[in-house]
Amino acid sequence: MRFLKKSYLGLIFLFLYAPILILIIFSFNASKSRGAWGGFTLDWYRQLFQDDALLTSLYNTIVIAIVASIVATLLGTIAAIGIYRMKGFRKSFMINLTYLPILNPDIVTAISFMLLLIYLKIPRGMLSLLLAHITFCLPFVIISVLPKLRQLDPQIYDAALDLGATPKRAYFSVILPQILPGIFAGFLLAFTMSIDDFVISYFTTGNGVSNLSISIYSMARRGINPKINAVLTILFVGILALMFFINRRVNTNSSKKERGNV
Amino acid sequence: MKRNWMAYPYFFWMLLFTIVPLLMVLYFSFTASVNGDGRFSFANFQRVLDPLYLNVIWRSVRLAFISTVICLVLGYPVAMLLAQSQASRQFTLIVLFVIPMWMNFLARTYAWMTLLERNGLINTFLGWFGLGPYNLLHTEFAVVLGMIYNFLPFMVLPIYTVLNKMDPALTEASYDLGATPIRTFFRVTLPLSLPGVLSGISMVFMPAVTTFVIPQLLGGGQFTMIGNLIEQQFLRSNDWGFGSALSIILMLLILLSMRIMSHYDRDRGEGGGFF
Repeated sequence: MRFLKKSYLGLIFLFLYAPILILIIFSFNASKSRGAWGGFTLDWYRQLFQDDALLTSLYNTIVIAIVASIVATLLGTIAAIGIYRMKGFRKSFMINLTYLPILNPDIVTAISFMLLLIYLKIPRGMLSLLLAHITFCLPFVIISVLPKLRQLDPQIYDAALDLGATPKRAYFSVILPQILPGIFAGFLLAFTMSIDDFVISYFTTGNGVSNLSISIYSMARRGINPKINAVLTILFVGILALMFFINRRVNTNSSKKERGNV
Repeated sequence: MKRNWMAYPYFFWMLLFTIVPLLMVLYFSFTASVNGDGRFSFANFQRVLDPLYLNVIWRSVRLAFISTVICLVLGYPVAMLLAQSQASRQFTLIVLFVIPMWMNFLARTYAWMTLLERNGLINTFLGWFGLGPYNLLHTEFAVVLGMIYNFLPFMVLPIYTVLNKMDPALTEASYDLGATPIRTFFRVTLPLSLPGVLSGISMVFMPAVTTFVIPQLLGGGQFTMIGNLIEQQFLRSNDWGFGSALSIILMLLILLSMRIMSHYDRDRGEGGGFF
């Protein structure tokens, strides 16, 4: 029975990992065939670094993810504090407003945003992509920060005021440190959602500006190209490295704190 | 101390970039262009009733439903095994389970394109046993496989979360009272994990029914789903009215299924309620 359980879990992991590993392995394949191994090569990486269009789209993906997640985190955190302080109808209205884009199908969000861009005559390109990404990232920041605010002791803010802190100071040195994990989680969620997005970017871009997802989509429709494997390998390894780096930072910080408490 | 104003920038942002666009979709769905100017009409919704389009909607719901059921059958045992594993290994297993999700969504779909191809790895492998080559790509099978691959974690994680929080004393009590493992599963574990199962079902069904990338890349554009139809109206045939009507129908489909789900799931936090 134990063996059965282990092999089932193993099979599922195989199912999840095999396509990605094969994708990475074939970025080093000298033969363009997808079925046979033709020897090790870095040719596709060399070709990738000569392909300005593909590199630009990788650059766009990263810039948009960074800018959109930072703006969404700032705006979203402030909004979450405001929503937390609201009561009754207004509060439930704002929470429903936050859930609406999360539940709404991507493609509907995308085409509706495209209609707005056309109506407001906002040129489609980098700016429109940024606006769209900030918009779909915002709710994820709010749903990450709100639970942290709910866990707060409602009296610590008043206590800070009683001890003579200005409201501003009370927010920055009492409330903010306590909700920081939620803000950070929201930022990471926004960042990964932005990197991963295809549908909304596809409809809200234009004038030749594309991100990595859009480039892969148009290349993949024309057939298979090992350059795609190469760029995806770089992106995947990059994200993996980033996540492990963040995880280590968080771990060392929390162990430092524990030591401090002792 | 009132701090309500802090939510206002967000409110106006959402008003402009979420509510107004959706109202525009609603407007276009009820507008038919007659000699260049729009008039109120139901024509766009009537067009959806064409058997051609009803067929597309039926296919979307059918393929999404099949994928959801397979994800549930495959994913529930995974969630159980993860929840039962030793605490020291549990974190590693969860991380291992989430890592593939960090690969770009399009990349995960593209990976299957290369595997399923006629001279791809799977056909090469089958060829060693004198089988095939089969046309695996551009089939309904490929579309369903792509959905399962992309959305399986959305089924496993919510179920795992619920199972992990469950008090192990409950199943132990069931055994002590003489229930068999199977009976314990159906009378104790499964009913208690229902909230996780329901959110898993909606988290798989919703992206599956609305996707247009998976049928485009793995189905080769032969298995049109609602998402593809909407894309065509906006990017190719420029029929915003019909595209908007389809979008409204898709939204209603999602909100309706959310409504049904939340009806069974009474254990919800504050807020919500509307959906």
